[in-house]
Order: sequence, then structure tokens, then C-alpha cells
Amino acid sequence: MDSLIKRSKNIMVVSMKGDIDLVNAEKLRLEVDKQLEKKQFHHLIINLEKVEFIDSSGLGAILGRYKKISATGGKIALINPQPQVMRILELSGFTRIMPIYQSEDQALREMA
Amino acid sequence: MCVCKAGKTINFMRMEFLSCPENVALARIAAASFAAQLEMTLNDLEELKVAVSEAVSNCIIHGYDNQPVGVIRLTTNLYEGTLEIIIDDDGKGIEDVEQAMQPTFSTVPERMGLGFVFMKSFMDEVVVNSTVNQGTQVILRKVLAFNQALQCSL
Repeated sequence: MDSLIKRSKNIMVVSMKGDIDLVNAEKLRLEVDKQLEKKQFHHLIINLEKVEFIDSSGLGAILGRYKKISATGGKIALINPQPQVMRILELSGFTRIMPIYQSEDQALREMA
Repeated sequence: MCVCKAGKTINFMRMEFLSCPENVALARIAAASFAAQLEMTLNDLEELKVAVSEAVSNCIIHGYDNQPVGVIRLTTNLYEGTLEIIIDDDGKGIEDVEQAMQPTFSTVPERMGLGFVFMKSFMDEVVVNSTVNQGTQVILRKVLAFNQALQCSL
């Protein structure tokens, strides 16, 4: 799984590519936590446009980041999941706690 | 209650691999490749991949405590009208299977406990057999649609 991290003001945008399963969930966890420790970000956007697969390991990594960021008053949003990923997000109830936007621009506007 | 009556074996695949996280993808892709012969919908294949991914992840995380020290076996059997996928390990087993299958239950704090929820949502039948210190077997079954069943006998 590849990931790209960039910053927009106090929002960290993580763009992921590939599958988020047991092995890559851990990579996601480590990369995001490393950035969070620098305390340069308050909010997190995860771009799922190029994610082709996710299971409960991936969901767990996202939820863990959600809890960390929420604890400091921050927000988290997801962008443009593919249909099969969206199905998993819906089934797990993630759509009830995290907004899902169709574009990064939209997410950045809403979270600013 | 068994949803299907397994009849003649039309095709099967067996593989075994080490309990390391990198092999979760291998297992789900192998199972999906086997199922793809049946002209399943893309949606069904994606759901099958999640179910297998969850079962194999459980073997690694719970059966072998995240250590790459054990063997996991994946078997796919094609019967008349049914696709059966068996994932089993020789790990530490489950003390209370009923409890383990409850939504959000997990013995690992960071985990969501949704593995069996997804398996039950995406497959027509899920059977779990486990003995402490001997291992666990998860059987996933999918009843095939009429046109898929026809494909079996070609």
C-alpha cells in the first residue's frame, strides 16, 4: 500500500492506494501517528479514492485515528471511497460518525 | 442448520501458508480466483474477499498471537450448488465460540470485533469449530445461483 501525506493549514490529508488489510493497516497507523505527534495538524482527511479493498483491520486503524483526533477536538473525514469500500463503511456504521465527501476540495472547505 | 447438502465435488483447491500478515492478501485473492470461475458478480467476489480476509486475519491475530510461526490452510470446494471455503489453523483455539462471534467482541483492544459480522453478512453460512490449544476451523458457504450452478457441471 502506498500513501501520500500532505498538509493544508491545520489539516492533514492522507491519500492511500491499494488494499488496507492487516499488514497495511499497521502502516497507516504508524504513519498517521508519527505525523500527529508533531502536533502540526488538528484535523485529518483520508482519501480513499485509490483504495481497492478494506477489511476490519483497515477500519480499526481508521477508527483508532478517529478516537485520537476526536480526543483533541479535531475532525476526521473520508473522501471518495470506491463502491466495495463504501459498502464496508456503511455496514460497519462508519458513515454515521465520519462524513464522506466526493472531493478533497469539498472536504477541505467543510472542515476549514 | 446446514443450508446446503454438499453433493459431488466438482473442483477444489488447497493451499497452506505461514501465519504472516502478507499472506492475508494471498489467501483472499486465491479464493476469489477460484470463485471467479463461477461467473459470480463483482460484488459477490468483493464480499467473498472480505470474508476470507477476516477469517485468515483471525488465524494470525488470535490463533497465533500475531506471530509468523504457524500454518494456515485454505481449502475451496465446489459442490453442486455450493461454494465452500474452509480456513483452519493449529493455533490456540477459541474458548467460547458463541461469545467470539458476537458483534464488536474482541480479545484484542485495538480490534473492532467485526470479523464474524462481515463473514455472516457476506456468506450464506458460517460454521466455526474450535478446540482450545488445538486450533480453529472456519467454514464459509455460499449457495450458488442457478446459472452459476449450471456452470459447475460444464
